[in-house]
Amino acid sequence: MITDAIIANSPALLVMIPLIAAFACPFIGRISPAVRNIWVVGAMVLTAAMALLLAGEVFSSGTVVYTFGASAPGMSVPPDSGGIPVRIVFTVDAMSALMQIIGAITGLSIVLYSIAGDRRHTGLESYYTLYLLMIAGVMGMVSTGDLFNFFVFLEILSISSAGLIAYRIDRGVAVEAAVKYFVLSTIGAMVILVAIGIFYGEYDALNIAVIASRMQFTLLDQVALVLMIAALGMKCGAVPMHFWTPDAYSMAPSSITAMLVVASQASLYGLFRVVFTLYNVTLNAATVGWIIIVLGVLSMVVGVTMAIPQKDVKRLMAYHAISQTGYMLLGVGVGLAVLGNQSLLDAFGYVAMEGGIFHIINHAMYKGLLFLTAGAIFYRIGTRNLNRMGGLGHNMKYTMVFFVIGALAIAGIPPFNGFASKLMIYESVFMFNPILSIIAMVVSILTLASFVKVFHSIFMGPRLPEYADVKEAPAPMLIGMGILAAVVVLFGLFPGVVVDHLIEPAAQALVNQGAYISAVMGGA
Amino acid sequence: MLVFGTIPYLVIVALAVIGLATVALKRNLIKIFLGITIFESAINLFLVSLGYRDGAVAPIFTDAPSTEMVMATPQALTLTSIVIGVATTALLLSFAVLIWKHYGTVDTDKIRRLKE
Repeated sequence: MITDAIIANSPALLVMIPLIAAFACPFIGRISPAVRNIWVVGAMVLTAAMALLLAGEVFSSGTVVYTFGASAPGMSVPPDSGGIPVRIVFTVDAMSALMQIIGAITGLSIVLYSIAGDRRHTGLESYYTLYLLMIAGVMGMVSTGDLFNFFVFLEILSISSAGLIAYRIDRGVAVEAAVKYFVLSTIGAMVILVAIGIFYGEYDALNIAVIASRMQFTLLDQVALVLMIAALGMKCGAVPMHFWTPDAYSMAPSSITAMLVVASQASLYGLFRVVFTLYNVTLNAATVGWIIIVLGVLSMVVGVTMAIPQKDVKRLMAYHAISQTGYMLLGVGVGLAVLGNQSLLDAFGYVAMEGGIFHIINHAMYKGLLFLTAGAIFYRIGTRNLNRMGGLGHNMKYTMVFFVIGALAIAGIPPFNGFASKLMIYESVFMFNPILSIIAMVVSILTLASFVKVFHSIFMGPRLPEYADVKEAPAPMLIGMGILAAVVVLFGLFPGVVVDHLIEPAAQALVNQGAYISAVMGGA
Repeated sequence: MLVFGTIPYLVIVALAVIGLATVALKRNLIKIFLGITIFESAINLFLVSLGYRDGAVAPIFTDAPSTEMVMATPQALTLTSIVIGVATTALLLSFAVLIWKHYGTVDTDKIRRLKE
């Protein structure tokens, strides 16, 4: 009885649990830090459980629609409304479920890591409050089927992220990074709101499915599309709107940086949702597809070339994050460019999209892992400067192993997960345009070169006298990193299983606009 | 009539341009944040103007005259957007306070420790 109710209301609980836990956190924190830690971990475990439960439901029995305030959650269109979903509707299809899984796994491992890694700081009540708000923001963004609701969760996410980027004030430098991030993301969110206003003015609706079913692709829609792509592309850190990424990623606490990766990908999800579900074949797929491909290629090349000369390990990783985002844009962009042409879509379009989507989940895992290892190193030696590191492999063996796993995965070396998704992208993009595929491979090689250098300067070499008694990172941090590393290895060893059960439904869900609309609107 | 109807949109465009220009051209952090607030106001005005119906009444059904009613959604959106704007402004201003404390200036040209 209770389990049925929980399953039926899981989309609401998914956002509710972290929200309630977040705002209760400052009060719980007054009791004692230990109770607060239990509270935060408990809330995160529950949220992750909800996400996995809901994802299981979606993957086994199709899109879940949850209507807030309706007599039955599935009743998105009230009988007396004339066929319009008047309430806020959460529409969780396979793509949303995939993003929820990403948020759940990374969110949980980051919390475990954070319990040990950030315990020396003050003001941890607010830290965890904002962290749980970030989780609520991500979960809401990927679940919602309502454009304005999407904007609200986007703002929840960026306000809490900005607070956390500035959290370790660091003589004002972190605040500087946060200002940069927050000014840009506020303007981005406002631009998205303009686009939402345009949709509302044209179609009298905010529900994605309703707008999609009425989409005309007029001049105004084209303006809205450009606004959406620009703002969401900026939020996910694609070149040429990437300026905030290295600053924010390097100045935030490492655990938050790992979460910022997920936050960027929630924006990426928004971009794909807009392009595929809102517009789909009405837009000029080849043109928009090429725009996204060009954004992707620029991100890949600029990201990796900027990464090579960096001396700050987290700044370097941040540039690599930009570069990896390029792969996702490339893969999905190729899928979009051939949208509407079934034979090309079957030949390579689906595989390219699956590669891009698979890379999203892989990236969240290995990039999160890499940022967490960087954080563990910073925790022990107090510097992020590569030139002042060395010989840490003697003392931090587990951290070194986790770093190697992450580095090989990001460079696309088998048998790690980065290889599986990159191979799919190479093969399919080669059939679309060989030059793009070659660029992607070269970027991968440069990534490998860069990480070999980083690995060498952090871990190799003789034991340095100042780091002679450096200890291994504490156990909770290792557990957090271990979860992510395990996922990286498992996804790399069994890519077929993951692609068949998670990625392919997600790609289908993006392409198949009709299914999304009919899930909300009923049999229409 | 058409001219009258377009006035709000002209104001919106003017406000948006003023706001964005302030963000792009000013060097004082506080002025940049003011620019953001002006831009937000432009968008709030945009949402409200979208919902304006000439001669319609508020959608309260008790004793309502049988004329056109206004859909309340744009107003609800605007309220939400204003609330979010307040949170944004508060956070931005607290950043300005912190920057002032640590750098002794709010001139963006002098706030450049990040690159070093």
